[in-house]
Amino acid sequence: MSTASGLLEIRPEGLYCPPGGFYIDPVKPVDKALITHGHADHARAGHGAVMATSQTLDIMAIRYGEDFTGSRQIANGTQTVNDVSVSFHPAGHVLGSAQIKITHKSTGTAVITGDYSRQPNPACAPFEPVPCDILVTEATFALPVFRHPDPLGEIARVLASIEAFPDRAHLIGAYALGKAQRVIMLLRMAGWDCPIFIHGALQRLCDYHIDQGVPLGDLRPATIDRGKKSDFAGQIILGPPSAFAATWAQRFPDPVICFASGWMQVRARARQRGVELPLIISDHVDWPDLTQTITELNPAETWVTHGREDALLRWCELQGRTARPLRLLGYEEEQD
Amino acid sequence: MRAFAALLERLAFTPQRNGKITHLKQYFSATPDPARGLALAAITGDLGLKAVTPSLLRGLAAERVDPELFAMSYDFVGDLAETIALIWQPASTTTDVPLPELVDELTNTPKSQLPARIADRLDTMSANDRYAYLKLATGGLRVGVSGRLARMALADFGSLPLADVEEIWHGLTPPYANLFAWAEGGEKPEAAAHAPFRPVMLSTPTDLAALSGYDRAEYVAEWKWDGIRVQAVCDQGTRRLYTRTGDDISAAFPDIIDALDFDGTLDGELLIKRDDIIAPFGDLQKRLGRKTVSRKMQESHPAHMRVYDVLMWEGHDLRALPFAERRGQMDQIIKTIDQPRIDLSPLLDFATWDDLAALRADPPDTVIEGVMIKRRDSPYLGGRMKGPWFKWKRDPMLIDAVLMYAQRGHGKRSGFYSDFTFGVWDADALVPVGKAYFGFTDDELKELDRFVRNNTTETFGPVRALKPLKVVEVAFEGLNRSPRHKSGVAMRFPRISRIRDDKPAAEADQIQTLRDMLD
Ligand SMILES: [Zn+2]
Ligand SMILES: [Zn+2]
Repeated sequence: MSTASGLLEIRPEGLYCPPGGFYIDPVKPVDKALITHGHADHARAGHGAVMATSQTLDIMAIRYGEDFTGSRQIANGTQTVNDVSVSFHPAGHVLGSAQIKITHKSTGTAVITGDYSRQPNPACAPFEPVPCDILVTEATFALPVFRHPDPLGEIARVLASIEAFPDRAHLIGAYALGKAQRVIMLLRMAGWDCPIFIHGALQRLCDYHIDQGVPLGDLRPATIDRGKKSDFAGQIILGPPSAFAATWAQRFPDPVICFASGWMQVRARARQRGVELPLIISDHVDWPDLTQTITELNPAETWVTHGREDALLRWCELQGRTARPLRLLGYEEEQD
Repeated sequence: MRAFAALLERLAFTPQRNGKITHLKQYFSATPDPARGLALAAITGDLGLKAVTPSLLRGLAAERVDPELFAMSYDFVGDLAETIALIWQPASTTTDVPLPELVDELTNTPKSQLPARIADRLDTMSANDRYAYLKLATGGLRVGVSGRLARMALADFGSLPLADVEEIWHGLTPPYANLFAWAEGGEKPEAAAHAPFRPVMLSTPTDLAALSGYDRAEYVAEWKWDGIRVQAVCDQGTRRLYTRTGDDISAAFPDIIDALDFDGTLDGELLIKRDDIIAPFGDLQKRLGRKTVSRKMQESHPAHMRVYDVLMWEGHDLRALPFAERRGQMDQIIKTIDQPRIDLSPLLDFATWDDLAALRADPPDTVIEGVMIKRRDSPYLGGRMKGPWFKWKRDPMLIDAVLMYAQRGHGKRSGFYSDFTFGVWDADALVPVGKAYFGFTDDELKELDRFVRNNTTETFGPVRALKPLKVVEVAFEGLNRSPRHKSGVAMRFPRISRIRDDKPAAEADQIQTLRDMLD
């Protein structure tokens, strides 16, 4: 068992695997990229070749057009890329999301989690723990204040608010890939079987989820015929957060602005966004799940990327674990 | 506790007052006594718990959490109680402890045992409950509900006249069981307390055209002073100073309280007065909103009450008498009180409404904001919006300014850019001089919103910087010197009174115009 020196390194384009000759979730166009999932800060257009799950490849094609890459390779079991073997494992984050396991006979095994979550998510396959020597983990919510509550409890708050304000429309901000479909599925699980109205920017990804067997129920476009504003009283409408800053929100009657995000755990964040009903629903691991995952996999080294590295490094130090920060450039604060 | 925690959360994030009232009403109807009354008192700041200090909370956290991890978390969250509520090890099972039990415990636990007791409680609560509990214990709820709003919700909940609720409010103490009983169809509680607040008589705006329809002989007039309307009460030794909405501001004005050496209830204007000079409103503002006031401040900013009316005197309720009769008694009353801090607002000498207009246009003191006109035969009618009293304010000051920044509004206006920062020219540059959120019609709001979207030069979070193109007429009620503002002036009640599409930005006013208005 060796340290991973040689298996992975940081380059300006992102995390690189020299013996494999590929990047993982690079932030700039490269010859060969392995992509964990379809979110924009991980999956960018313009690479020479992309290897990803078939769903992630589909999603990239939906978002960037069919010509988003020179060539595509569907991840399927264990495959060999140059000197390393590569396999993709469900990350429980969004539809198609995967952790990538890479093994080189002389340097050992690394798992790059991408973004992941261990809460049950009816819109995608559950996280699979993969033993490894090096765990490259995300750290979006790596502060001990982040403990995501039961998402059905959050949905119950929306339904209670509709009861309290039957004349007002409830507008839920949710990112187009993953969060929107998860919120819809949670609403369905909570018994909301009325039509749910969606902003145009969510349409294609919702259609794709339905194609892939995620039963989102009756979805309708959130468009208004002249003079029918009141039709949206007591209804649920989903849109991408960006739409809330635009004139789009004006068309609904006295809307209750809700936002589904792990960041909503912190009141100042919710206030900053002008949210009236913050919903703590996250597609990332919270602090207990993150630290539990590290304990469970017990890797020789933990590499921390993409988020609040300092707190997780401190925790590793307290646990006597070897850890290092991968201060990758090009990732903004994670959207969730 | 769970219901209380949920209420706090909704109140904190609900911007509009109607929404807040809805949440409060729903809570009142779903919650039994005494929990709902204690919650009400906690929200209005009338619970009076021994304050649990921040250092006590820090100590609790230090026992449970690595200090470095705690510091990083606090840094991110920005609020001590919230950080502790979130970081605390979650309970395996949570208990929903009734609010009265917690209030009782926080009131009666000896200080030395308090940290351990609080930690035990935190151990069995959900994160949301922990937050509400810690906010309750530290006494800083800050959910944007004033005493006035709480009373409105209560009046609405019981379909009671707001004036009646305000009148008895100060006689009641938490948990207000008799008040809730009344709201639910029981008997009206007696205003049992000493020195109760009585609803004040309000006035309706008027102008020369409207006044000319009235017989001048039936009315008297006096100056409307630019302070705040107050009610001063001394009832069997208990002394109180209330605002016009019944908030008790006695603690901030011990100098006035000292002077209430009588038995009665007076209505008047609170001012700052040095020798014979009434100071501008800005001076009074320095003394408002304080819990205590230093001796130095009392000397540099001496408070004064200029009396408009008398409601009670030595056990007699004078409110049903005609104004002329009350006024006749007041001359004597003020002489009897014989306190330099308390004087009578003089009546104006005028023969015609035009005479009054002339007086109003050129008042002898800049701290006069118009005239009050009162029917000689009017009884003192508390709380009624339309009545026999009129206010005729000085015309507002006007300037033409250029819109500089815009921010989105809340509630009905979310999605619209409705909060504007405007500026005037200082040589070639615009200097911001104020903010306005209202004054425009719905159609004008749409027009302004469209302008903002099409003319943004930069965005900073929720704020958009605008091309200097749009001129608006801003009306305001007064101007103070303000070293805190770059422009050196601060406007009172600015509002957008007109959109000046006829005016190019270069012809908007200069900062000198405002400076000239200062004196
Ligand atoms: Zn992601
Ligand atoms: Zn990410």
